[in-house]
Amino acid sequence: MLTLYGQELRSRLLLGTARYPSPAALEDAVRSSATEIVTVSLRRETAGGRQGGAFFDLIRSLGVHVLPNTAGCHSVAEAVLTAKMAREVFGTNWIKLEVIGHQDTLQPDVFGLVEAARILCAEGFEVFPYTTDDLVVGEHLVEAGCKVLMPWCAPIGSAMGPQNIPALRAMRAHFPDMPLIVDAGIGRPSHATTVMELGFDAVLLNTAVAGATKPALMASAFARAIDAGRDAFEAGMLEPRDFAVPSTPVIGKAVFA
Amino acid sequence: MRVLIKGAGVGGLTLAHELAGRGVEVAVAERQPDFGGAASWFAGGMLAPWCERESAEETVLTRGIGAIDWWDRALPGEVSRNGTLVVAPPRDVGELKRFASRTSGFEWLGGEAIARLEPALAGRFREALFFPGEAHLDPRRALVLLRQKLVENGVAFIGEADNSSDSDLIADCSGASRIGAIAGLRGVRGEMLYLQTGEVELSRPVRLIHPRIPLYIVPRGNGLFMCGATMIETDDGGPIAARSLMELLNAAYALHPAFGEARLLETGTGVRPAFADNLPRVMRAGNTITLNGLYRHGFLLSPALAEEAANLALTRNLKGDAA
Repeated sequence: MLTLYGQELRSRLLLGTARYPSPAALEDAVRSSATEIVTVSLRRETAGGRQGGAFFDLIRSLGVHVLPNTAGCHSVAEAVLTAKMAREVFGTNWIKLEVIGHQDTLQPDVFGLVEAARILCAEGFEVFPYTTDDLVVGEHLVEAGCKVLMPWCAPIGSAMGPQNIPALRAMRAHFPDMPLIVDAGIGRPSHATTVMELGFDAVLLNTAVAGATKPALMASAFARAIDAGRDAFEAGMLEPRDFAVPSTPVIGKAVFA
Repeated sequence: MRVLIKGAGVGGLTLAHELAGRGVEVAVAERQPDFGGAASWFAGGMLAPWCERESAEETVLTRGIGAIDWWDRALPGEVSRNGTLVVAPPRDVGELKRFASRTSGFEWLGGEAIARLEPALAGRFREALFFPGEAHLDPRRALVLLRQKLVENGVAFIGEADNSSDSDLIADCSGASRIGAIAGLRGVRGEMLYLQTGEVELSRPVRLIHPRIPLYIVPRGNGLFMCGATMIETDDGGPIAARSLMELLNAAYALHPAFGEARLLETGTGVRPAFADNLPRVMRAGNTITLNGLYRHGFLLSPALAEEAANLALTRNLKGDAA
């Protein structure tokens, strides 16, 4: 069972809600993956105008936890303001904190991220920071009050899958008791299995599902891949070795050499 | 039989044309005589069922294919059958493959073939998808001309005054104004702009693959280009957002740098009415037929929807008369 800010969850898949062919397709994907947390961007869906509306109603009606995000925010002030708006709109202290530093790579501005995390944690938010795999940044986020870390494994939407396995391993080893969620860059279910096998606690996806030809089928494929990776991690995997090892004991058999 | 159609956007006018063509006495109630409230006034006017299949259900393709001939018959000379060109900036070329894997009815073009089709784009793109069966029209001309044709054919255009009592049937085609009144109907905001430049000539709509929004530039003739359109989940119809303006202009500039020198003539916002599956519906309750939810497919799907609504109006009414 995964616990995030005191909330127990059966599913280890967090699903983004952007760029589906239709809200109906999004709903199908949520159902077929049995995800319990969806993230929703406040900024993108309101155009700076009035909030609410049918799309947010639909998100609320899914009956899953809503993790609002600050996607598209490029400054601390913007992210903090968006987080406060999100708290009003969705009535939750949860916030997926994104402070984007670079337009092209959507790489997090880790300096702004730590600063915004400190402000929001002090104001009672439960912050899910979108960060890199840098250990020191992670430490600063934990010191700022974050009780979850969400490192990328490749740039947002890139579908490249884990680019730096040793860094992800190091992160897992460095934060053994902190829930770690791989937040960006997953393209296919095997990528998700890989990071779950490394011991990550959950995976957050959007484009890989929303951009699939059949989003609901892909969502369920990911849910199974994530469960498989988690089960493998808990079951304990073999370490690779250089020589063959017979799976049947050979003691007692005649040796022809 | 007399039918009062509420709403004079593309849905209402198309249905009026369909019913009038079948000998029905039609009146159209329009809230604003200048199409200002209609999402279709801000449409791209692309008749592009194959391209739309990239993100839309199969039914948008099957029901949309007939729209090209429908508009050609309704407004001879207004439809340009030059196809659609889909291009991607060099770093997003992989996205063209994804677009291709989800669509049909296209051919791959190399740089030379692109230059033959659109000389203005020579040397700018190495690969493109060409959808030869597609077409486009100028939605504003089409709305004005269709309304004019309906007037000539005896269709009465009235203000909002409610004289529904002397109609046999009401057909509600009032689009986004029904958000909140029709269960499940929501608004999807679309922002667009008009550019004018003498330095670029295009013969067909060009779509530029973009990570977030389906961007297109449609030539309107005389150096006028329509550039659209954002897709934002809100029914806020207020002025264009700065970021949307930047993204649309960036796309135009990426397509051809000469757009950087173009005049920005107009920005606009339309609220597209849509149901949860982004597919339109025709419904009947008593003597009211509702046609709504055309989403971003007003010109593409209204002919098929108008036919469906007209069939519903006439068959049910015959049964009613017989009873």
